Amino acid sequence: MSFIPGQPVTAVVQRIEIHKLRDGDNLILGFSIGGGIDQDSSQNPFSEDKTDKGIYVTRISKGGPAEVAGLKMGDKIMQVNGWDMTMVTHDQARKKLTRKNEDVVRLLVTRKSLENVVRQSMMQH
Amino acid sequence: MTDRCAFSHCVGFDAVRGERSSRDRHKSHSRDSSSRSDKNVTISASSAQPQQPDQSSAPTDAQDDNWGETTTAVTGTSDHSLSQEDLAGFGKETEGPVEKLNCVRFLPLALTLILGLLVLITPLSFLVLPQLMWPERLQACGTACEGLFLSLAFKLLILLLAGWALFARPGRASLPRIAVFRALLGLLTLLLLLSYWLFFGVRILDSQDENYQGIVQFAVSLVDALLFIHYLAVVLLEIRHLQPCFSLSVVRSTDGETRHYNLGQLSIQRAALVILEHYYKDFSVHNPALLTAAKSRAAKHLAGLKVYNVDGAGSDAATAQSRAKIAAAARQRDTSHNELYYEEAEHDRRVRKRRARLVVAVEEAFTHVRRLQEEEKKKPPGDEMDPREAAQAIFPSMARALQKYLRTTRQQHCHSMDSIQAHLAFCITNNMTPKAFLESYLMAGPTLQYTRECWQTRQWTLVSEASVTSPLRHGSEFQLKSSDFSLVVTSKAIPHLKLSEEYVHPKSHKFVLQLQSETSV
Repeated sequence: MSFIPGQPVTAVVQRIEIHKLRDGDNLILGFSIGGGIDQDSSQNPFSEDKTDKGIYVTRISKGGPAEVAGLKMGDKIMQVNGWDMTMVTHDQARKKLTRKNEDVVRLLVTRKSLENVVRQSMMQH
Repeated sequence: MTDRCAFSHCVGFDAVRGERSSRDRHKSHSRDSSSRSDKNVTISASSAQPQQPDQSSAPTDAQDDNWGETTTAVTGTSDHSLSQEDLAGFGKETEGPVEKLNCVRFLPLALTLILGLLVLITPLSFLVLPQLMWPERLQACGTACEGLFLSLAFKLLILLLAGWALFARPGRASLPRIAVFRALLGLLTLLLLLSYWLFFGVRILDSQDENYQGIVQFAVSLVDALLFIHYLAVVLLEIRHLQPCFSLSVVRSTDGETRHYNLGQLSIQRAALVILEHYYKDFSVHNPALLTAAKSRAAKHLAGLKVYNVDGAGSDAATAQSRAKIAAAARQRDTSHNELYYEEAEHDRRVRKRRARLVVAVEEAFTHVRRLQEEEKKKPPGDEMDPREAAQAIFPSMARALQKYLRTTRQQHCHSMDSIQAHLAFCITNNMTPKAFLESYLMAGPTLQYTRECWQTRQWTLVSEASVTSPLRHGSEFQLKSSDFSLVVTSKAIPHLKLSEEYVHPKSHKFVLQLQSETSV
């Protein structure tokens, strides 16, 4: 998850598909996000690099669609349905996640443990 | 009422106890001499010095009844007492030098008046003398002359008014040396007048010039020159020292009270004058009774040690003795700080207790007096009183508490009974609260607040290494010595301040919220 300015960001990502739950008039996903390019990234407890202004998962509601789909707290969301999430404002991210005409969101998330797993499996060979 | 003489003219003494040692007698002598030189005729010795608690209660009860009475209790041990004849004689001996001072004080004013008279007479005589001496040969001049006459008259009037405003003021003080700028200006004016008279005498009187307009213009030019000299005087005397250049710190030698003042470029004697004028209103009044405690402690330190020279007299006997004393005293110093601490704690407690009693007594006394309302004035007068009588009526109920408080804080020689009653009448007249009345007794105020004797022209001595007419410089020091204490003054130049500007566009104040918002989706 290192970020070199000017170079493409490389990360090991996991694909997560969340089916939205209909709650009356709302479609909820069951997690909370924080971060964005208009936010103060130094207060992010989950990021390794405090200048990282990406969107992070800050809370997962128990039993909700996100937990069922395998989303973990502290994940950084890289893409939502093809839309980039690494350089968006907080409000833009929220909008991309809460489109009313989409029932399913496909996220690409990354976390530190993914890298470790990949490195371990590479070392075994 | 008549036999209760004013407190300030009584000589009341403490009932001196027989078991006081010789050290204490020496102490009481120094106390008397210091309060004698205060130029204040109240010579009531201050209350007992920090004593053991068991001794303090008995003397104060005995003193309470002596307030305002003419009895003096002189016991055998107070052989340094001051009798009434001595007081009267002391008052007389200060009359002599004061007389002389009054004459010298008005000398500059007299010189200024003479110069002013000369200035007035000279242009007028320039105009009048040709008319008197050769009137038939003078050319008549028309409107131009009349215009010149008018301008001359007005300029002369302005000059006289301005001169009166600037110069004809009673001198604030008599300085040790002459004021340099004033002397220079007077000299310049005199020089100008002399040169004009010289020209007049040679060119006009001798040759009997007929061109009267020329003569009038000559007179007008003199008045112009004098007006410019007056402008120079204003700039040199008044304006030049308005811009502050030096910051002076004034420290009183007895209790270390410090104040700072900003002054401009003045000579040392003028700076001393300004500082003295500020001293009377800024510094709290000098109270010698508060200083004796430290002196007695110092006396106790050294008095207990005697040095015997066992090996015979040597050339450095004195230094060896003093070194021995210092060494012994250093070893011995362990317990005196303990004493001081407990003494001070005890004193604070006593002061606070007396203050509480005083505040309660005064508040209660003030509730007995009420201003007569308008409607009540029409009714037949019951017992109406004017402020003085009202003050006298309520004073006894608070007198005892007030006297005890003043004795504990050692201020009783600053306030006479008359002054307290006058102050009380003043407070009643102006509808002041008890707290306002008490404030002048609870806090030691500036010297101006007390009776006029405390601050009427005192004799101050300026002690300075540099000449007193030299201007102030960075690091110049001088002392103003009075009879009881001295003020030590040091000056520092105000540094050259560099002020730079930073332009802020009015629309540049924009803000963003730094949030860490969390949205649940």
